[in-house]
Amino acid sequence: MISDPNLYDYNPYRDRPKIEWPGGKKLAFWIAPNIEFYEFDPPRNPKRPGWPRPAPDVTGYSQRDYGNRVGHWRLMELMDRYGLKGSVSLNVAMCDHCPEIIESCNERGWEFFSHGIYNTRYSYEMSEDQERAVIEDSIRTVEAATGQRIRGYLAPALTDTTRTLDLIAEHGFWYTCDLFQDDQPQRVKTKTGRLCSMPYSLEVNDVITYGQLAMDPWRYGDVLKRQFDQLLEEGETSGTVMCIPLHAYLVAQPHRLRPFEEALKHITAHDEVWFATAKDIAGHWREHYWDTTQDDLEKKGLATGGTAFEAFER
Amino acid sequence: MSLPPAYLEYDKRGYGQDIGRYDWRLAKDRAPVRLKNARQVAAMIVIPCEYHPIDPHKTPFGHPHGMVTPFPDLRHFTARDYGNRVGVLRLLDALKSAGLKATFPVSAALLTRARPLAEAIVGDGHELAAAGLHGDAIHHAGLSESEERAMIEDVREAFDAAGFHPTTWLSPARQESFATPDLLAEAGFTALLDWESDGVPLPLRTRGRPITALPLLNELDDFKLLVERKQTEDLWTDQILEAKDYLKTEHDRHGAQVLGFTLTPFVAGQPFRMRSLVNMLAEFAGDEAVWCARADEIVKAF
Repeated sequence: MISDPNLYDYNPYRDRPKIEWPGGKKLAFWIAPNIEFYEFDPPRNPKRPGWPRPAPDVTGYSQRDYGNRVGHWRLMELMDRYGLKGSVSLNVAMCDHCPEIIESCNERGWEFFSHGIYNTRYSYEMSEDQERAVIEDSIRTVEAATGQRIRGYLAPALTDTTRTLDLIAEHGFWYTCDLFQDDQPQRVKTKTGRLCSMPYSLEVNDVITYGQLAMDPWRYGDVLKRQFDQLLEEGETSGTVMCIPLHAYLVAQPHRLRPFEEALKHITAHDEVWFATAKDIAGHWREHYWDTTQDDLEKKGLATGGTAFEAFER
Repeated sequence: MSLPPAYLEYDKRGYGQDIGRYDWRLAKDRAPVRLKNARQVAAMIVIPCEYHPIDPHKTPFGHPHGMVTPFPDLRHFTARDYGNRVGVLRLLDALKSAGLKATFPVSAALLTRARPLAEAIVGDGHELAAAGLHGDAIHHAGLSESEERAMIEDVREAFDAAGFHPTTWLSPARQESFATPDLLAEAGFTALLDWESDGVPLPLRTRGRPITALPLLNELDDFKLLVERKQTEDLWTDQILEAKDYLKTEHDRHGAQVLGFTLTPFVAGQPFRMRSLVNMLAEFAGDEAVWCARADEIVKAF
């Protein structure tokens, strides 16, 4: 199939080697607050404007600012109450613009991974050197601000190039959140490294549920409970991953936070769950299941070899 | 493949916002406001009465409430006009029954076309605000400063001629140019409903006198919830009531905050939505923790 990017091997969700999370837990739960900065007047990318409206998009910009200055604290304190540590999808320029937020997360032992420099600087059309510069800036900026070495990458505004996955693997990253093909970590075919795809559950991302799917707050809370119940049940067979990707400018609005709290209450009332960060999940999976998964694929005749995008012009 | 080198230059990557209009300030760090009237939530009901021309230029884009089908779009023109002749009067009656005051941004074009509307708003003690010339007179960065200044002056003159002197402004489609707050302040406006950046009134710096941004919540916009998201009328009002109750829970720690939301006449003023709306207004009126006020009053109280 010529157009297959060969990102990973086909691995049907049945009779897989059993994943056990630490402590025999069945479901690994992680929560991903996106902490983002959208520039007021971003430079133009030929493939996509920075805002849906012509700059300055005052409503869009000021709503995201509300998310950082008002919403973030609501969400963080709520997570504190339920003992949940975030794995932050970070536009790393936030370390420069709003360091108080970064410090407050770091003090709590939250993990940071890169979501690019700004959500208004897309990867489309970047040269390899430019993309390397963004990745290296991300590593350097987060390390300087928090002491943490980032291990995960979510391309800014989900804009990848055909090189992104190879480049992050080469830079020692453990996981990508850009692939949505599975409810368990999976091997990604990069030229070097051990990169896994981390389930990031776009379907329960508040941008999708509140934006595209137009859900109300109580419906969203219900969706999260149903998502959790199903994945926990399936985790009996082999450990699953549930992720809730969030944006304070959406979920932490005053009409939405209490129904969201109900969902967290439901989820945290279960003890078969490993409440973890994405890095912990990726680390455990790479260590214990990377080879097992490949052996299983080979045994089943599903391993096809090669690396991603090699048939495509780079 | 490569982007120009400037794509990876970040001139404004430093502390605070990348704009000069206001400073970075965390909600948790600001001094909690205790209102003199001891209320915990300042509810700002905004009722935009816009005139949408039947032959819009749609520059730089069409107003979301404007014409949809090719000229002459009688369907949308008259459906919007319904709001300004029927729906808004239902809203005025409902507010009067509940004893609540609101802010009505009105297109300058309506001052002559629908003079009784402006009189009814003012007559009931509500705030008459300016909503630009009309729904197709969108402010944007493609205008020269003199063109935009002339638009704002035309609005001011139209209101002066009608005998009204609004101090609050809502931009058509909530779109601005980079200079809009400067030009509005120069024209004597002191409150602006386009920016949602904080939960309390936020002074914006301008070249001259400051102008205060009041948070009008995009996510509770009636057009967005009822028309774009196709939600039911009860679900819509339940979310507004939930926001009110939630903000009360934050009062002890964070002080009074503003809950700003829209009731758009051609949307909220439909007959089948009135029962939910009336019930919601009754809850606002009956809640001793809530102060329903005009934008100009809220600016002064914070």
